Amino acid sequence: MRMIAKVGEWFDHRLQLAAPIREAAEHPVPRNTASWFYVFGSAALTVFILQLVTGILLALIYVPSAGEAWSSLQALNHQVALGWFIRAMHGWGSNFMVAIVLIHMVQVFLFGAHKFPRELTWVIGVFLLLMTLGMAFSGQVLRFDQDAYWGLGIGASIASRVPIAGPAIVKLMLGGPIIAGATLSRFFALHVFVIPGMLIAFVGLHVLMVLKLGINEWPMPGRIVKRATYERDYHALTKSEGAPFVPYAVWKDLFFAGFIILAVAACALYFGPFGPTGQPDPTIIQTAPKPDYFFLWLYALLSLLPPSMETPFLLIVPPVAIIALILLPFLSGEGEKSWKRRPIAVLTVLLIAITLGTFTRMAQFAPWSPHMNAWSGDPVPDRFVHGTTALERQGALVFQVKQCRNCHSLGDTGGKRGPALDSVAVRLTNDQLIRQVIQGGGNMPAYGNNLSPAETTALVAFLESLHPAGQAPAHDASREVVLSDSDHKEAIAQR
Amino acid sequence: MSTKPVMAASSEATVSRRGFLMKLGILFNGFAAMVLAVPIVRFLSSSVTRGRANAYLSWVPLGSIDKFPEGETRLATFQNPYVMPTDGKTVDTACWVRRIAGDKFQVFAINCAHLGCPVRWFQQSGLFMCPCHGGAYYRDGSRASGPPERGLFEYPYEVKDGVLTIQAGELPTPGAAMASLCTEKPPCA
Repeated sequence: MRMIAKVGEWFDHRLQLAAPIREAAEHPVPRNTASWFYVFGSAALTVFILQLVTGILLALIYVPSAGEAWSSLQALNHQVALGWFIRAMHGWGSNFMVAIVLIHMVQVFLFGAHKFPRELTWVIGVFLLLMTLGMAFSGQVLRFDQDAYWGLGIGASIASRVPIAGPAIVKLMLGGPIIAGATLSRFFALHVFVIPGMLIAFVGLHVLMVLKLGINEWPMPGRIVKRATYERDYHALTKSEGAPFVPYAVWKDLFFAGFIILAVAACALYFGPFGPTGQPDPTIIQTAPKPDYFFLWLYALLSLLPPSMETPFLLIVPPVAIIALILLPFLSGEGEKSWKRRPIAVLTVLLIAITLGTFTRMAQFAPWSPHMNAWSGDPVPDRFVHGTTALERQGALVFQVKQCRNCHSLGDTGGKRGPALDSVAVRLTNDQLIRQVIQGGGNMPAYGNNLSPAETTALVAFLESLHPAGQAPAHDASREVVLSDSDHKEAIAQR
Repeated sequence: MSTKPVMAASSEATVSRRGFLMKLGILFNGFAAMVLAVPIVRFLSSSVTRGRANAYLSWVPLGSIDKFPEGETRLATFQNPYVMPTDGKTVDTACWVRRIAGDKFQVFAINCAHLGCPVRWFQQSGLFMCPCHGGAYYRDGSRASGPPERGLFEYPYEVKDGVLTIQAGELPTPGAAMASLCTEKPPCA
């Protein structure tokens, strides 16, 4: 033991780090901050370090070349011992990191920790969030498969909408005219050198400021933050009821860090690595690309926004949101810290969380996408053609062959882009059905050029048979008045 | 400690030799940084400056027109004219060729005008459908439904000695140069 102490002294005589480290570790923190609510910052740091380690391990095998990246991922998955596990750890670590950073941010906001004097800590935290999302997107690109390839195309399409500079931004982003070798190489440089370097520097500053300014005390309703008095009050608080961070508070951070690492490992073990999906070959067009989960909400939004609002939304909302996040601590740098007295803050968090959650959930089903194989894969269920006339059966055939089922479901099979047609005859009259089929409208293409009169007649006859047993199909009441009595009877007999 | 007031006095009144040399040194490094900045910026922006004059676009053969039956729409592939050694399969590009009649063609980009996903052609319903957000286009490439704000992108084409040739080389995005190539010139439709 004495030997170790001597070696330690020898090093510290030259490094002179022991005193500042001890000072940092034992700095007094308010006792009530030793809470399980205060562990998310250190958990984010833990996952970041985990990402650095697993990322370096992956770089031992991965080849950042558009021609070979995909096969090097296959080698990681199938050839290198436990390569699949390291890939899975890195992929799940990324998901965890985005989630923990968001939770950390919500906790900080609800506890008023962004207020004076910690404004800059919050602003740097906003940059850290953006960099984390940048890592998530560039990481998805490095998994160079079909999703990555077409995901880059989506990114390029969004970037190209910037007025004037759009095309230049696209070429800068792609490193050339198309998504190709240079694109992957520059995303590799971003993901492995540029963003991690900035992340390390900014995380360092972020943690340093937490040490210098002190951890945010537990917010008490009624204890108002004032610029003139806050720092004096905080020091008095840490003096009167403070406790050294190590070991008083740190044990919870340590337990949670260990728990998070094991949780990532458990997910990696159980669910395995993400992809890669098919080869990044642009001539394979049988693909339905989808982003990773943290961008699914955007994917859903891009389908549900009215087309004319999309470009303004994409160009205006993200910068405004980022600026709002940066300005937040300057606009509400004083006042109440407790969430119990900040109802608008709580409602804002809830609104954003529910909105993002709803869009994410919708994107998992993607009801706006046609089911490309429904017309050949999902036959019209028997009961819809049971006991029908020859004309109606012919119509069912037209319905199937003209790919109506790619967007319209019958008996819960088929696409969900358009309305389900199980009981369409109750909603639309004969005339309305003909008009809708021929002219389209309400987001349905017009089929007039693509159906012969005979096909239209058969199709509409089939659609008119689609109504529940006890419910009569819709009919135009005015027709009965206009038509003569005999015609009327004839028309009724036809139904 | 004792030299401090002397230093302060001299730097306030006159420019000391060392202070001047330090400023000169900073200036010199600023000059060196500027010299270095020129090649760095040109290197970083090379893909932009080259693309500005449409230097990426060139004429690419898609094969004999006999491969494309009249009145039908077929998938064709070509190699992007600008190739780097590490590109792998990514230079292979797909497009939809519609032969209207004789030498009259329409060559559509595979990329949806919404967000660039690959559209698929459905012969029976005469529609192109996009798997991402449900954009749909008629057989002539015009918008049918869904989020796209315009029709499919078209490549300018030429038929020479029975070979269909298109002007290609850039990823078709709403802002790209090729997005407007066909709206200005008639040979596309």
